[in-house]
Amino acid sequence: MSRSFFRTETILALTIVVMSIYIGIVNPVFFTVGNLFDLLRSSIVMGIFAMGVLLVIISGGIDVSFTAVAVFAQYATVRLMTIFMPEAPLWIVFLVAGIIGLGLGMINAFFISRFKLPTLIVTLGTLSMFHGFLLFAIGNKIIRDIPPSMPEFARTSLIEVAMTVGVSRLHPAVLITVAVAILTWLLLDFTMLGRGIYALGGSREAAERAGFNIPRIQYFIYGTVGFLAGIGGIIYASLNRQANPQELVGSELNVIAAVVLGGASLTGGRGTVIGSLLGVALVVIMNNSLVLIGVPSTWQRVVVGAIILIGTGLPAIQARRKAQHAAGLSQTQ
Amino acid sequence: MADEIIRLSNINKAFAGVKALQDVTLTIERGKIHCLVGENGCGKSTLIKIMAGVYQRDSGSVVINGKEFERLHPIDAIREGIQVIYQDFSLFPNLTVAENIALNEQLADGKRLVNWGNVRQVAEEALAQIEVRLPLNARVEEMSVASKQLIAISKALRQNAQLIIMDEPTSALTEREVRALFGVIHKLQARGIAFLFVSHKLNEVLEISQTIMVMRNGSNVSVGDRSEYDHKRLVFEMTGHTIGEKAYDFTPDTSRPPLLRVEKLNASGALEDINFDLYAGEIVGVTGLLGSGRTELALALFGMLPIQSGRLTMGGKPVQIRTIQDAIANGIGYVPEDRITEGLFLEQSIGRNVVVRTIDRLRGALGLTNVQEVNAQINEWVNALRIKTSDPALPVKTLSGGNQQRVVLAKWLASNPRVMILNGPTMGVDIGSKNELHEMIKDLAGKGMGLLVISDDIPELLQICNRILLMRRGRIVEEITPEQTDENQLAAKLIED
Repeated sequence: MSRSFFRTETILALTIVVMSIYIGIVNPVFFTVGNLFDLLRSSIVMGIFAMGVLLVIISGGIDVSFTAVAVFAQYATVRLMTIFMPEAPLWIVFLVAGIIGLGLGMINAFFISRFKLPTLIVTLGTLSMFHGFLLFAIGNKIIRDIPPSMPEFARTSLIEVAMTVGVSRLHPAVLITVAVAILTWLLLDFTMLGRGIYALGGSREAAERAGFNIPRIQYFIYGTVGFLAGIGGIIYASLNRQANPQELVGSELNVIAAVVLGGASLTGGRGTVIGSLLGVALVVIMNNSLVLIGVPSTWQRVVVGAIILIGTGLPAIQARRKAQHAAGLSQTQ
Repeated sequence: MADEIIRLSNINKAFAGVKALQDVTLTIERGKIHCLVGENGCGKSTLIKIMAGVYQRDSGSVVINGKEFERLHPIDAIREGIQVIYQDFSLFPNLTVAENIALNEQLADGKRLVNWGNVRQVAEEALAQIEVRLPLNARVEEMSVASKQLIAISKALRQNAQLIIMDEPTSALTEREVRALFGVIHKLQARGIAFLFVSHKLNEVLEISQTIMVMRNGSNVSVGDRSEYDHKRLVFEMTGHTIGEKAYDFTPDTSRPPLLRVEKLNASGALEDINFDLYAGEIVGVTGLLGSGRTELALALFGMLPIQSGRLTMGGKPVQIRTIQDAIANGIGYVPEDRITEGLFLEQSIGRNVVVRTIDRLRGALGLTNVQEVNAQINEWVNALRIKTSDPALPVKTLSGGNQQRVVLAKWLASNPRVMILNGPTMGVDIGSKNELHEMIKDLAGKGMGLLVISDDIPELLQICNRILLMRRGRIVEEITPEQTDENQLAAKLIED
């Protein structure tokens, strides 16, 4: 059997297919266009977040603060707009949120690169800091009166399919996720900056010696995560037609789990865009569709957790076996 | 002087007030093989890092290819053709062979985009230059140490290396791989590439170098042509004093039962029909190539490799060794080859590592340890073994290789074993520490311990053992006494198949 068969991506894709077929047999609703559109809609924000998380994880770091960045950028932008520019066009809303996100990401990058602190510690700290600051200084009430360009955006659709009851719509924000994914892929596989991110995750020391500018790479990574978080935050608020400062925070581990399920290694140096998207798909399907086959929603978290444990545990055990095998070979040579 | 690549003059460098380099002067010529030798901590690594632009000198001048550099950045050094191959090779385990070879070059060229076709072509050309073939799409983590080294060399060549600095290049290589490496070096030398070889394997230094530079305590104490040096002079220059190379002359008292008698020992696939005795006060060497069974023998005696059949007798009494606990209970100690992964808790303090084996014995009535007693024992061993540290509470990983090895020894000696098995006791240790370790080993034997020293360091075996067992394919094929042989003869026997 070829090597590619054992790749995480292949196994993941097969798992998704098998699971989909099973769910579809138990409940044919799963295979309707409406359900597919719903799943895609649920993947939009998570997919964007996942691309940021992927960059961080490949570089050997971890960022748990991006949800706080997302909600901060989203809420602060909406407040700014309602005060200064209630009729702001959508692109301005995105731009402002992106810039705020970028700025917060740069704060992470500053601590990580300047003081060489562990990324988990820094982002755990900033997660609380950003969120706390938001609630304390900017606001803690849900804003329903968001700039009209946002709900307008929510009402648009890319494809409309008439169903027996009503119309199913595919939201055009899917295109943003697709664009972000393609850009991430191009970045990682075809630019020196992208290779630098892999190199940093593979061996920081070697990357330094090779002449990569590590601080610059780190500013890029954490800045990008912040920017993407801001964009994701605005899409989230638009689709929900409100800005809620209590949302999103708490979902960061779901995204990280999806990326790790997709084959990214928490020790750094490994991970692909396709894998991460498949990981997102798997997590979204489990979150949305287990209810279709009668798994009570309270059990969903257990099932999702179990799959994450198996999905990330098996490759780790396999890798260790392989390493032991290789070590054994070299000893008897 | 057109044939000079780099000239360092009166380089000084201090770290936090401690002088690491003092008025070091060094010239490297095109197409020549230079060797830099010195004990650990003598400033070799600092000097390399200054040449590579990783550290900045405090004073002195650096002239490369005729250009004076006020401040040398790593990228400047690379552009001037200076390439350092560090002990860890600076490779990316997660990337492919091809990318590892081509990456630095692309980076140095200021490329922003990756052309994968080009990457492959670069890698193919680089490997062709040194006439080796490696799978281009394999990840580097899947490659052997020797292959990694060749990858590192090809990588350096692609960046128009004019001077390749190699830090301890042979420490993890087998004899055959060392030959292959030397072959590659000579090939490249013929094309005008200079080498600076940093090593403390003196035989290799004498074999390959044309110019030798010796450092001691941050100064260069001696520079000269290869012909001016021999083994003795190198040792003298490195340590500042002559080290006696007296063989260990010892005749055991065979009227008493041996400490350890091994009869007809078999372990599946690894050991066949092993028979030998080890008497009190003996230092018995065990040698052979990698895979000859020398390490397996140690593992079997220490309960880490199941014994299929055979008899073990200790002091006349038959013993069973099935687990490490059995071995320890019978007074067998083992200092593994890879002290870093097998022998020590690197993050823990030096002191804790010393007492870990005996902590049970130091426990008082309530199962609590008496801190003063523990500290007393720690200090005793730190002093007895001359472990160089400012504070035993520091983690072990802050120590140099030789000192780490002493901590492993201390750990075992604290439990008073009768039989000690030392696997490669001085591997990666500089000559001064090596000598001290040898003296310690002889001291232990003098106190009635039986020692089994596994090593492929031939001068070491001849110097400290009273008998040497030669292994091949899991069997002991010959017993040799040091007087009957010399270095060359034993070396020939070792690689004979």
